[in-house]
Amino acid sequence: MTARSGSNGGARDVTVRVWRGEDRASGGFVQYDVPADPGMVVLDVMFRVQALRAPDLAVRWNCKAGKCGSCSAEINGRPKLMCMTRVSSLPEGEPITIAPMATFPVIKDLVTDVSYNYEKAKTIPAFRPAPLEPDGTRRMYQEEVDRVQEFRKCIECFMCQNVCHVIRDHEENKEAFSGPRFFVRLAELEMHPLDTHDRIELTRAKHGLGFCNITKCCTEVCPESIHITDNAIIPLKERVVTEFYDPLAWAKRRLFGQRPRQLGEKEPAAPSDR
Amino acid sequence: MSANYTFDVVVIGAGGAGIRAAIEAHLQGARTALVCKSLFGKAHTVMAEGGIAAALRNVWKEDGWDVHFRDTMRGGKLLSNWRMAQLHAQEAPDRVLELEEWGAMFDRTADGLILQRDFGGHRYARLAHVGDRTGLEMIRTLQQKAVALGIEVLMECTIQRLLVDDGRVAGCVGYWRQTGETVTLRAKAVVLATGGLGKAWRITSNSWEYTGDGMAMALEAGADLIDMEFVQFHPTGMVWPPSVRGILVTEGVRGDGGTLRNSTGERFMFRYIPEFFRAETADTEAEADAWYEDKKNRRTPDLLPRDEVARAIHAEVRAGRGSPHGGVFLDIASRRPAEYIKRRLPSMYHQFKELADIDITKDAMEVGPTCHYAMGGIRVDADTAATTLEGLYAAGEVAAGLHGANRLGGNSLSDLLVFGRRAGLYAAEYAKGRPKQAAVDRAAVEAASRRLAEPLERKTGEDPYAIHADLQEVMHTLVGIIRTQADLDEALIRIAALRERQTRVAAWGNRRYNPGWNLSLDLEAMLTVSEAVARSAAMRTESRGGHTRDDFPKPDPEWAKVNVVTRKRDGRLELAKEPLSEMPPELRDLVGEQAKPHAESTDMEATVPAGKPV
Ligand SMILES: Cc1cc2nc3c(=O)[nH]c(=O)nc-3n(C[C@H](O)[C@H](O)[C@H](O)COP(=O)(O)OP(=O)(O)OC[C@H]3O[C@@H](n4cnc5c(N)ncnc54)[C@H](O)[C@@H]3O)c2cc1C
Ligand code: SF4
Ligand code: SF4
Ligand code: FES
Repeated sequence: MTARSGSNGGARDVTVRVWRGEDRASGGFVQYDVPADPGMVVLDVMFRVQALRAPDLAVRWNCKAGKCGSCSAEINGRPKLMCMTRVSSLPEGEPITIAPMATFPVIKDLVTDVSYNYEKAKTIPAFRPAPLEPDGTRRMYQEEVDRVQEFRKCIECFMCQNVCHVIRDHEENKEAFSGPRFFVRLAELEMHPLDTHDRIELTRAKHGLGFCNITKCCTEVCPESIHITDNAIIPLKERVVTEFYDPLAWAKRRLFGQRPRQLGEKEPAAPSDR
Repeated sequence: MSANYTFDVVVIGAGGAGIRAAIEAHLQGARTALVCKSLFGKAHTVMAEGGIAAALRNVWKEDGWDVHFRDTMRGGKLLSNWRMAQLHAQEAPDRVLELEEWGAMFDRTADGLILQRDFGGHRYARLAHVGDRTGLEMIRTLQQKAVALGIEVLMECTIQRLLVDDGRVAGCVGYWRQTGETVTLRAKAVVLATGGLGKAWRITSNSWEYTGDGMAMALEAGADLIDMEFVQFHPTGMVWPPSVRGILVTEGVRGDGGTLRNSTGERFMFRYIPEFFRAETADTEAEADAWYEDKKNRRTPDLLPRDEVARAIHAEVRAGRGSPHGGVFLDIASRRPAEYIKRRLPSMYHQFKELADIDITKDAMEVGPTCHYAMGGIRVDADTAATTLEGLYAAGEVAAGLHGANRLGGNSLSDLLVFGRRAGLYAAEYAKGRPKQAAVDRAAVEAASRRLAEPLERKTGEDPYAIHADLQEVMHTLVGIIRTQADLDEALIRIAALRERQTRVAAWGNRRYNPGWNLSLDLEAMLTVSEAVARSAAMRTESRGGHTRDDFPKPDPEWAKVNVVTRKRDGRLELAKEPLSEMPPELRDLVGEQAKPHAESTDMEATVPAGKPV
């Protein structure tokens, strides 16, 4: 540890090329050199740039510990959390390039307009629990909750959304496609042992699961190592197939206490749990 | 360029307290807005690691609200508002179970109930948790509930001033961070849930948002603050490398078996057991280690309340027994199997591996105190969360009272839920009883927007980043864990000088998403709360909880009877000592009851090992 921090430390400078601008057309990269510290992460470098060179540099961050998902950016072309990317993990002697996420409109510099994600979140029908146990408790077992807890680790960094080619290169698909983050959310609700709501048809028809051709790019960038494709998307796709072609088998598969959706029953148009 | 909106209730702050308040106000039928400086779901609450304290009695049947109440009062060194501590202990279990109704998934006991973990100062394993990411689970659950209810959320919107009409709150003024435009919100009632003030210190676990805005706004509008001298330094922050200094290491590490050692390898906490906790604390390593498995033993001193542990670490480092980078060692690697550590503390494992090249399943961590939490804040009524300004309510870290002189770990998340709900409830009720919106004071709105424009209009002036760094240095070195009159006097002189510089602060660029400009505006609140902390600390000539005076090293029974109150009159802070309310005798008995070192275990004992070390 000491040897490593030594090699990254001292009075050496670090050089970054940061994308700056208020719209994609007129913005561009600006180079800054600032003093480096041992163990620095890219977000620290941005703070230095703000304090010493460009006080109005726009950066989003909160926790600086990989917990809030605010500081996503494209570092040397790869989506990463700025607060969890050590300068020493990047090639030495080359400037580090830092750009805003490409899939979302730029507000300024590294800050993008991620409202697409907040709008999609509103279209997912909420958790609707089964009745309480006869003794008034709720019982779930660790084995059952493990797989759902994997999905609930999501910090909403939206990097999976950012890399997904369905929307990255195709603005027009945004309307009909909710993206991997929300497949994770849908899978979480589908696999919640107490939930009684069936969102499978909705997943197909409204959230555009069919657009996904399992390239796994989303899984590769997830900072929480959620197996987005294997554990969320593929099981959802299987359920869509089962329900679509064999609704009875589907209904039987649902856990006890849960209300199988009746054939032809409509999903509510808007989320509601009241 | 100013937008106007009108609501019944405006909740400022979207952490656990604010979201819970907004949900309740909405359920009461109030037209409610939820405002936050960051994106929705990113508030401090998301960072909470260890858990939510609530006497659910899933692991220990002997637990109950009375024991939780007692632990909270004793942890707060008897300065907590007893009524808040009572309501908190009584209502926390319902609030946690309610989260489960809304989709939260806590870790489970062997028989399928919510698992609870040990934490400092709690007599029984009491913290509902999800590994070490409990705050994420909590905020996501509340966020998803608020979305499902269709509550209006105004994100990246920074509120700067409260509007007052005829002695009652009338709304607030701020700006959209994305555009810099001014925004005015009219409201019949306002709930402040803006969190704490830790960004005024150099080594801190807190984010850029913790600039004391809510406390400063409340003061400015005429409300009282109390207990500002009590700032919690969490004993275990990361110390190395420099860029991560201050990032939190959850108390769950010690709750799950980790122990503190100095450079000689000694488990030094055994030398720091205070008289107050002696009867309930193990004095041999064997008993301390046996306690994890069997609560017939007394608790390990590694889990004394935070103020005790932070002071002990500070003393060890000062005595030259620190770790290479000025902390002490926190060792779980030699005490628990690697698999167990990774399962119970996944984000700590990840954090050390990524940021410090340390594998915590193999090596000890280096840790030291970090500024963490404000016990002080806005004075509220225990039952209704009403402040001393009519129509203004406050909940969460911005409010004071529950934690007294020192907060127990896990008692914040439960505080957010219990008093967030109450604030929303009573704010909505108040709004219902107020048929008309109050008049908006045009002059005040004008003044607020003029103030916003000033730093950008100055062509030259003081650099906001430099003022901030200098303030952090002052607070860290002079108003830290150990305080003296001379240091506090010096701090006040320096704060005054910084305040003078702040009136000349200049920002660069335009209003669009401009952190330099935003910081230039945040400085005023930070300086105000820093002054309130330093002056309150100078006034309290004793040591108690999070406030330690080198020149008055002992607690003074007279000081156990009063709060230090801060208010702003004629543009200046005024301080006063005011008596605490009298605790009813039956509650006093609960607190005074001698610690029962040999608690009986029960039939529930069988479920303990589920979450326990093997
Ligand atoms: C790393 C860490 C770990 C912790 N772990 C635990 C734990 O395990 N258990 C526990 O009980 N406690 C823990 N705490 C403490 C606890 O997390 C906080 O005290 C609590 O989350 C505060 O919640 P809150 O709702 O009061 O405020 P926050 O969650 O901080 O939310 C404040 C909100 O106010 C908004 N805001 C602030 N100023 C303005 C303004 N001027 N205008 C508009 N909006 C504004 C912010 O944007 C934010 O939405 C931890 C704290 C930290 C830092
Ligand atoms: S696997 Fe599917 S959702 Fe993920 S990036 Fe590829 S197409 Fe998008
Ligand atoms: S699933 Fe992973 S990549 Fe996608 S938003 Fe969540 S944490 Fe980020
Ligand atoms: S700042 Fe929170 S994830 Fe980077």
